[in-house]
Amino acid sequence: METLVYKRPESLLKDGQFTFCPGCGHGVVLRIIAELIDEYNLKKDTIAISSVGCSIFLEKFFDLDVAGASHGRSPCVATGVKRCKPDKFVFTYQGDGDAATIGFNETIHTACRGEHITTIMINNTNFGMTGGQASATTLVGQVTTTTPKGRKPELTGYPLHAAEIIAGCEGTAYAARVAITTSKNIRQAKEAIRKAFEAQIKGLGYGFVEVLAACPTNWHMKPIEAVKHIDNIIEQVHPLGVFKDVSAQETK
Amino acid sequence: MGRIVIDRDVCKGCYLCVEACPKKLLKKSQTPNLHGDFPAEFVDEKNECIGCAMCAMNCPDVAIKEVYR
Ligand SMILES: Cc1ncc(C[n+]2csc(CCOP(=O)(O)OP(=O)(O)O)c2C)c(N)n1
Ligand code: SF4
Ligand code: SF4
Ligand code: SF4
Ligand SMILES: [Mg+2]
Repeated sequence: METLVYKRPESLLKDGQFTFCPGCGHGVVLRIIAELIDEYNLKKDTIAISSVGCSIFLEKFFDLDVAGASHGRSPCVATGVKRCKPDKFVFTYQGDGDAATIGFNETIHTACRGEHITTIMINNTNFGMTGGQASATTLVGQVTTTTPKGRKPELTGYPLHAAEIIAGCEGTAYAARVAITTSKNIRQAKEAIRKAFEAQIKGLGYGFVEVLAACPTNWHMKPIEAVKHIDNIIEQVHPLGVFKDVSAQETK
Repeated sequence: MGRIVIDRDVCKGCYLCVEACPKKLLKKSQTPNLHGDFPAEFVDEKNECIGCAMCAMNCPDVAIKEVYR
């Protein structure tokens, strides 16, 4: 007899089709989050905080309560929500432009305060929604609409390594960088997001997962090529790894 | 032995599933869907599908909505 081994997660709306471009990494990450919320039975107790970027309309995708925040400020909204309703599970879903560029100050202070929330940051090394401008995480030499000849450090500096910086903040319980490029990496990404969620559930502190994800449209690549570009090029600059895990330190 | 269900009108034709399937059971369809995309198609004449769900895991649009084993 055949058994169902995989199905569309319940925490995604039944007809909530993603509005992203073909091959866009956002969809895989949103699905992983929905799967975990199902697994932890948190659907009724979750408040998701959306950000400004291609993923802005979380309420069109998730069957969850969603609050919106202005650009880069979702960790502040999440802080307020969590402090008022400490029994709720609260996470922010942000891009690199949102969490690591315009809102990096908010991200750092949320980590330093050790807020009991989780941030999932999709790093596609550009401002996807507005047409592919450079962000803080853009690679040296990367061509974007604001770095048409490639990012030049003497003019626009060097890429910001968000997960490593957040790992350096005392209030951070978990910080990692993952990629959703292969089945193995997708499994590891899910385990990292699980750990960051558990940091909140166990009251350990701030959880931060940076996910390297494809933006085929603004990279001017086919989806398969874009995914390979992450493994071959982006990971050389933004290496995968767990940079802080307080739960692992405790069990030592 | 396994089986998958693809929602062909949700599929955007990125073919990441084609790349991900270890048994090479997915291919581009010759007929377009509602949106004019050529969706992925599951062809398993020799019952080779192992129900590993790697195709679904890699799909950015949850167009592969069920996997059976
Ligand atoms: C205060 C403010 N400044 C600028 C914008 C314009 N804007 C909209 S989305 C965006 C960048 C989004 O990039 P990212 O967070 O990386 O998300 P992505 O679309 O790449 O997923 C910008 C600058 C805005 N909406 N609000
Ligand atoms: S522009 Fe980039 S990030 Fe935005 S939906 Fe398209 S592929 Fe995704
Ligand atoms: S379940 Fe596994 S074997 Fe079957 S089609 Fe999907 S990837 Fe291929
Ligand atoms: S990965 Fe999903 S959206 Fe892409 S071709 Fe396969 S079924 Fe379609
Ligand atoms: Mg971005």
